[in-house]
Amino acid sequence: MKNNPISIIGSRKTKQISETIAHKIFVICAFFAVLSVASITVYMIINGTPALTKVGILELLFGSDWSPTAANPGYGILYVILTSIIGTAFAILIGVPIGVLTAVFLSDVAPKKLAAIVKPAVELLAGIPSVIYGLLGIMILNPLMYRLELAIFKDSATHQFTGGSNLISAVLVLAVMILPTVINISEASLRAVPEHLKAASLAVGASKIQTIFKVQIPAAKSGIITAVVLGVGRAIGEAMAISLVAGSAVNFPLPFNSVRFLTTAIVSEMGYAADTHREVLFTIGLVLFAFIMIINIILTRILKKGNKNDD
Amino acid sequence: MALCLTAVLTFGLAACSTNTGSTLPSKSTTQTTQSTIQTSGAALSGKITMAGSTSMEKLSNALAEAFMEENRGVTVTAEFTGSSAGIESLLAGSVDIGNASRKLKNSEAGSGAVENIVAIDGIAVVVNPNNSVQDLTQEQLTSIYKGEITNWSELGGSDEPIVVVGREAGSGTRGAFEEILKIQDACKYALELDSTGTVVAKVASTAGAIGYVSLDMVDDTVTALKLDGVEAAAGQIKAGDYFLARPFVMATKGEISEQSELVQAIFEYIYSDAGTELIESIGLIAYEK
Repeated sequence: MKNNPISIIGSRKTKQISETIAHKIFVICAFFAVLSVASITVYMIINGTPALTKVGILELLFGSDWSPTAANPGYGILYVILTSIIGTAFAILIGVPIGVLTAVFLSDVAPKKLAAIVKPAVELLAGIPSVIYGLLGIMILNPLMYRLELAIFKDSATHQFTGGSNLISAVLVLAVMILPTVINISEASLRAVPEHLKAASLAVGASKIQTIFKVQIPAAKSGIITAVVLGVGRAIGEAMAISLVAGSAVNFPLPFNSVRFLTTAIVSEMGYAADTHREVLFTIGLVLFAFIMIINIILTRILKKGNKNDD
Repeated sequence: MALCLTAVLTFGLAACSTNTGSTLPSKSTTQTTQSTIQTSGAALSGKITMAGSTSMEKLSNALAEAFMEENRGVTVTAEFTGSSAGIESLLAGSVDIGNASRKLKNSEAGSGAVENIVAIDGIAVVVNPNNSVQDLTQEQLTSIYKGEITNWSELGGSDEPIVVVGREAGSGTRGAFEEILKIQDACKYALELDSTGTVVAKVASTAGAIGYVSLDMVDDTVTALKLDGVEAAAGQIKAGDYFLARPFVMATKGEISEQSELVQAIFEYIYSDAGTELIESIGLIAYEK
């Protein structure tokens, strides 16, 4: 009997023991995740706040002079914050329409054979490591951008040439990177739209396209918004790919400027930073953390609302 | 389930015991070899303190680690307070060695600090291989990085905008480059990349790019420029002709021969073959005394 511990014929005692052990394992596992989140939060706050008081909140968050190693150091991260916000916003503007329409295509329009090609391709896109996106960006996107830059700023006396490492390159890379997230979640929510809604719409004479845009997408709205919010989270947290294509100089986020995002600001300078400089990098981490938290709170709100609507 | 658990436990224990069984003897053999070395050269023990240049952090730490590995009884501590502060502590007698990433000033030498150059930090200026400009003066280089010259045609090259590539704030190479050219905080970088490798890659793939990297990182994909007509090579740097280089000085108060046995031993190590290898392994040029 001992050799077959999960048998339901086992004695009551062994059953009880295995039940308690299983229960404890579940508790420990659950506690592990909570512990991680709690310790990360505490750690970020402890390490991120000293610089806020040392440098001054206003000067840090709204200063535009980033020269941490100068004799007269400046720790303003305004341009970095703006870059992250604007870069993410444009990546969403480009990525979401493409993603949602791909989702529509996959769930309603595509012939089965074609969907069998597109779907795995999207899934593969999600699995590609971000550094690969960055490398492709360097090799393909940046030279193209440089040609565009040379043509546009041919006669400009003030423009500083960046060799194609600019905000546009970063936005394009981010837009591609959020596609899998947006497509997969949108598609799932579109497929979850009850068949009778579609049937009713078609029955009253609406065309297929009208049905998609007037009935199905509105019905899948909460799922699509979830997809967008998760896309924002992915874009704002991405570091590796954009550190390769964005140029990483701290500038106001104009399309052809070399820019630095919150994530790349930490990654690029952590190696050698010391003292206040290092503490400010932790503060940048805290700002990023705050952004992600806000995004998550919005997400849970949306999901709650969605559930209520479904009831 | 209980049986499974005991099986795992016993297996784990067995693995543990074999592990300790295998590591212990090997450890003791290394210890014996070390003790034989020490007995042949009189076992050293005590403490060596260094303070000074932040640029020498990598060198100091590598040296401290390697030296302590060889001499188990010795502790080497290094603080990074800046070149001038390091020499000050040396002269005040609070440390054994003062690190400076520059030549000693006359005032410092006059107060008794002796300049012992241990390594040279050389920086190469690299451009795209298709660039026709092969030689820059110090003035031209400074103007490029300050953003005063923005097109290669101003330097006798083709009509191509200059893409100024640099390293991130805090990088030792950037610190040295700006310090030698005296353009601290005055550089207008188009790109601030966070590793030597990416600088080389960017310069190799961008027509008008210029960048700076440690001398040992130059490869075939980029061209290292001559500066003031001098080629960027170890020989020229040692001779002192190439200006984009700086000495790493480990200053002592009085000649090395006047120092304690310990300090003499660490300098002996630095100038030995093992020391040369260590210095070259962190991308510096070893200095032959």
